[in-house]
Amino acid sequence: MEAATVPLSRSTSLRRLREAGGRYVLIALLLVLPVAYGIQDLSQTGNLSRLGNNLVDGLSNGAIWALVAIGYTLVYGIIELINFAHGEVFMIGSFVAAGFFGTIGLTAAAGPAGLLVGLVLTLIACMAASGVLNVMIERVAYRPLRGAPKLAPLITAVGMSFILQNVGLLWLGGSPEGIVDLIRSQEVFFTFAGVEVSNGDVLALAVTIPLILLMTAFIGGTRLGKAMRATAQDPDAARLMGINVDTTISMTFLLGGMLAGAAGLIYALYQTTIWYFQGFTAGLIAFTAAVMGGIGNIKGAVLGGFIIGFIQQISDNRIGSSWTPAVVFAYLVLIMVFKPSGLLGEQTREAG
Amino acid sequence: MSTPAASAPVRRGRMPNLELPQKAQLPVAIAFVVLLIILPFFFAPGGSVMNNLVLAAAYAVMALGLNIIVGFAGLLDLGYVAFYAIGAYAMGYGGSLFLSELTGDKGFAVFVSGPAAELPGVHMNFLLILVLAIVLTTVAGMVIGLPTLRLRGDYIAIVTLAFGEIIGRIAINGDEIRLGNFQLTAGRQGITPVDKVQLPGLERFTSLDLRAWYWLALALAVLVLLVNFRLRDSRLGRAWIALREDEVAAASMGVPLVKTKLLAYGTGAAFGGMSGAFLASYTNTVNADQFQFSFSIFILAMVILGGLASIWGVVLGAIVLSVINNYLIPDVLNSVPQRLGLDFDLTEVTAGIFGFMLVIMMVLRPEGLLPERRRKLELEEGIGSDDAVYEARMA
Repeated sequence: MEAATVPLSRSTSLRRLREAGGRYVLIALLLVLPVAYGIQDLSQTGNLSRLGNNLVDGLSNGAIWALVAIGYTLVYGIIELINFAHGEVFMIGSFVAAGFFGTIGLTAAAGPAGLLVGLVLTLIACMAASGVLNVMIERVAYRPLRGAPKLAPLITAVGMSFILQNVGLLWLGGSPEGIVDLIRSQEVFFTFAGVEVSNGDVLALAVTIPLILLMTAFIGGTRLGKAMRATAQDPDAARLMGINVDTTISMTFLLGGMLAGAAGLIYALYQTTIWYFQGFTAGLIAFTAAVMGGIGNIKGAVLGGFIIGFIQQISDNRIGSSWTPAVVFAYLVLIMVFKPSGLLGEQTREAG
Repeated sequence: MSTPAASAPVRRGRMPNLELPQKAQLPVAIAFVVLLIILPFFFAPGGSVMNNLVLAAAYAVMALGLNIIVGFAGLLDLGYVAFYAIGAYAMGYGGSLFLSELTGDKGFAVFVSGPAAELPGVHMNFLLILVLAIVLTTVAGMVIGLPTLRLRGDYIAIVTLAFGEIIGRIAINGDEIRLGNFQLTAGRQGITPVDKVQLPGLERFTSLDLRAWYWLALALAVLVLLVNFRLRDSRLGRAWIALREDEVAAASMGVPLVKTKLLAYGTGAAFGGMSGAFLASYTNTVNADQFQFSFSIFILAMVILGGLASIWGVVLGAIVLSVINNYLIPDVLNSVPQRLGLDFDLTEVTAGIFGFMLVIMMVLRPEGLLPERRRKLELEEGIGSDDAVYEARMA
């Protein structure tokens, strides 16, 4: 890959800057917002509880982004494609959750035990629906184009994303839909040093962390996980070793979709409003998270998810939520300029 | 009209080859343009047919611009709407009441006659606004291109998409950005009314007679078409194509990557800006909510449908999609789902229809309706080739 970078090596001080420590520049950039607002808080109120609250909300938002980001990273790792439709898979997860509450008649009136059983059932339903959907997308839109120029599957991915968005639009209409607040997500669960941790925060982390651990164990420990890693490294060699590459790729999409489905459920419970457009923004935010951590790297995706969640929360809380997408995308561009391989990532071909 | 290397007869495609023989191309092109020029005499000057024709021509200008970036240079730009927005705001700044707080009651008029010259705000001649739009979008195109220089493939797509979204956000929230009396944009409220086009020696255009708008849009489209052909066959155009086919090989043959890529972004952006300024004046509004990702995809779908890098194909794609978008879906087929007993209008799922079209085109006929020969060759070689060879080639 060195050959590819040679022609540009003469150009620009930018490259020198990157070599001098893109990672540190990136870390510094990431610290700008928290540090600036931390100082502002300290000088105005004398404590950091507002920043602490941002951090907690950020972590629970970040848990959702982390789950979605893993889907991007898995798929990118194995077929080097940005699955543009992944955000929509997440959205469909939320919709399935909302629909499933109605089907099994789950309301806030159910006791804690009933709620727990109901939510676990919903979780399974969401994960199954989103996982299967993701596999179908791969089958219809990406597999026929394997071996075609890079542009082709990317364009079908965008197309699929629009189709699914419209499915969501027809499903629940064009405006945000409120859903039943099953876990009273805004209610304070406990307070620690002036930082309020709400039910929603607890739920987000309680679902996300076990799922991520399970997934890492699956990829690290099972035969199929090994096949996935092998395919990611070299599809041809993997095929020669008797690995069914098509099945492995389908499994990767299934896993990614399942995590997105879980994220969809958490999002629905946490935000209590869902709408067809949530997947687009979420997809881009989660993609930013995946790139920030280093695409192809699962730990990186999780780390990136939490960081982006925090940044997003600070921006929502202090700059104004209508600016948040711009702030997140500005970070995306900055990462691309200074460290396209991300915080924990290896050099990839795409990132040069 | 194409380079000697590409004109070797190739008839290996699964699909019929729709390309005209070399000799017939120029006469057919001229006949086509003449037909387009006399077209308005057959329709009511203020009717919806004229409206569709104007929009189709304006979209063709944008699609030809995007074709330079995506088709020629192979840089997938998913944020093309940014240039539409910047062009539209150039019109908003240069030809409306928007800046009246800045200019005071007197207003500021440049080469403008009639009542507009007396109004507050800035009122410039449309040609000047076009120049302004071109300059602004070219600069913006290059700035957006800069971070993508060392990136490839899907990373470029994502960065351009991010820029498109950032510009869209700035358009929506720009009313919060103030510098003294100056407000960056009008936010969701939008800038309206916008001056109608006035050209030297002609009366100001009106919304009653759309023929003048059509001829102007057609003139822009023909200009852009000529520029497209000339560029494609120029040294720069060959550099773009070389870049698209193999970046490393192109660089080792002495193609300056940075300059070549930035010129692709800049040129493509300029056309988007021209069309944006025109559309702002034509639609009489600069509405921040229209600068959305789906618009980028709308334009991209034109390029894909017609055939990446195929100039006539892109024109065809622009006409077809603009007719589908502005006439077929809202006026003809809108009630079809209702008649089938489904509870929605077809206009609600316009974006999904275009998405579906992208998928179908890519899977069934990736070279587009009117494929460019060289591009088609690439695709045919690409499909079913050895993975390793393919990766080395496309990487």
